[in-house]
Amino acid sequence: VTLSEGARAGIGRELGMLDSLLSLGGLVLLRDSVEWEGRSLLKALVKKSALCGEQVHILGCEVSEEEFREGFDSDINNRLVYHDFFRDPLNWSKTEEALPGGPLGALRAICKRTDPGPVTIALDSLSWLLLHLPCTTLCQALHAVSHQDACPGDSSPVGKVSVLGLLHEELHGPGPVGALSSLAQTEVTLGGTKGQASAHILCRRPRQRPTDQTQWFSILPDFSLDLQEGPSVESQPYSDPHIPPVDPTTHLTFNLHLSKKEREAKDSLILPFQFSSEKQQALLRPRPGQATSHIFYEPDAYDDLDQEDPDDDLDI
Amino acid sequence: SRPSLSLTEIEGKLTLLCDAKTDGSFLVHHFLSFYLKANCKVCFVALFQSFSHYNIVGQKLGVNLTVARERGQLVFLEGLKSAVDVFFQTQEEPHPLQFLREANAGNLKPLFEFVREALKPVDSGEARWTYPVLLVDDLSVLLSLGMGAVAVLDFIHYCRATVCWELKGNMVILVHDSGDVEDEENDILLNGVSHQSHLILRAEGLATGFCRDVHGQLRILWRRPSQPTAQRDQSLTYQYKIQDKSVSFFAKGMSPAVL
Repeated sequence: VTLSEGARAGIGRELGMLDSLLSLGGLVLLRDSVEWEGRSLLKALVKKSALCGEQVHILGCEVSEEEFREGFDSDINNRLVYHDFFRDPLNWSKTEEALPGGPLGALRAICKRTDPGPVTIALDSLSWLLLHLPCTTLCQALHAVSHQDACPGDSSPVGKVSVLGLLHEELHGPGPVGALSSLAQTEVTLGGTKGQASAHILCRRPRQRPTDQTQWFSILPDFSLDLQEGPSVESQPYSDPHIPPVDPTTHLTFNLHLSKKEREAKDSLILPFQFSSEKQQALLRPRPGQATSHIFYEPDAYDDLDQEDPDDDLDI
Repeated sequence: SRPSLSLTEIEGKLTLLCDAKTDGSFLVHHFLSFYLKANCKVCFVALFQSFSHYNIVGQKLGVNLTVARERGQLVFLEGLKSAVDVFFQTQEEPHPLQFLREANAGNLKPLFEFVREALKPVDSGEARWTYPVLLVDDLSVLLSLGMGAVAVLDFIHYCRATVCWELKGNMVILVHDSGDVEDEENDILLNGVSHQSHLILRAEGLATGFCRDVHGQLRILWRRPSQPTAQRDQSLTYQYKIQDKSVSFFAKGMSPAVL
């Protein structure tokens, strides 16, 4: 089922920046937390991909296939391929059902597909993969997958690959999260206030400045996205944390700042009228070799050198 | 008003109990007696206290653990006793706490298999019990015994796949929150289980310290609703006082002692 141009444009308008998440391709990190879960948004984005006619693969490590498919209607479910790593991810049941190669093997198999259309891969979750696989292996696999369409020497034109990775922020240290963040074209951080969810979207387009935007939203029971203006409570009087405080000393014609050397010199300077014991000793006992000051006077031709003291006739 | 958790809403669900700066074990006793009274088949992995301790408290709440165990309703793994058995008795099959004997125990597969065996439906021709329940008190003990956080999370994952998904039963797990103390492994464990949970009950000590009439506050957080709603009431906070045979809940600041 393909949508008419008008309908597709309508969905595009409705979703704004969240729409361009998927059109950009590459890796999209969905960073959620215990308080603000991200699976609903992941499902909403998966639904959007499916509605655009893309093929969607889910690497499901955290929830059962039933639970993931719940809430989607049948035409969307027909487009979803669920790779089940929930029931027995570590092969404890030692049956033949275990998918060979594990999740990364499945990921590579999806990318070796012959079908040239665009593909969306949802990783549910990237945290599970990061906890069970070495970070470097995972990053290399993600890099290979999301840059696949730039692969030279490939005769068949491969469609755009979008990878949606759900990442639970609190489970990982700054190193692995930073590595994944640097691989990602887009990062969506979930948050919110008083029951209203928000997504802070950071987009890195090639050769452009990264742009960021905060979008308030909610997810409807059928997993479509409903964008909203903002929380209904009165707006906060405090400044937006994204705008840095203005420094009033930036555009002056004189220099108010001290360099380190200048500061040190200033701190070690003894004030002229501060009477310290060193000063007292210096006054009482002139140091040998210290030059006393001289005045050198070259009289002009017209000068009147009178040896008399002009003040002599003052009667004081 | 008391928070109510109706049975029909929470089948196939994982409930996380956590406590920070207070003792949340009253929640464990509550759920144990609640599910036994609801005629559920209960597997209790009790690592923290002895059987008789839970039995004494259970009797105050109206259940008899000895009787429940004898009639097959309760499968009780007494961690304190069976940890010793691992060393001093020969076992044919792997003991649930086998990892205590092994130098490099990678996983908790034997413990999972114990749970699966305990709760698997028995073909007795008649449905004796309503649904299976796994109760664990508490998960942080496994970290203290040397398991890594990821191994414990894998154990919970497998239990969830079997108990919640396959058998449509419930799980109630207690994890302590170490709070200020820097315990990375425990934080990963707590956050990992939180992300897997449908419901989180968090017992916290009062910020102002110990109080005779208000023992703490309980934060209730609903996660993973199957039907996401536009404006959901995600969390509630109540304060509580533990009494001899029950716990009374009230809204913040509304303790009868204060009003």
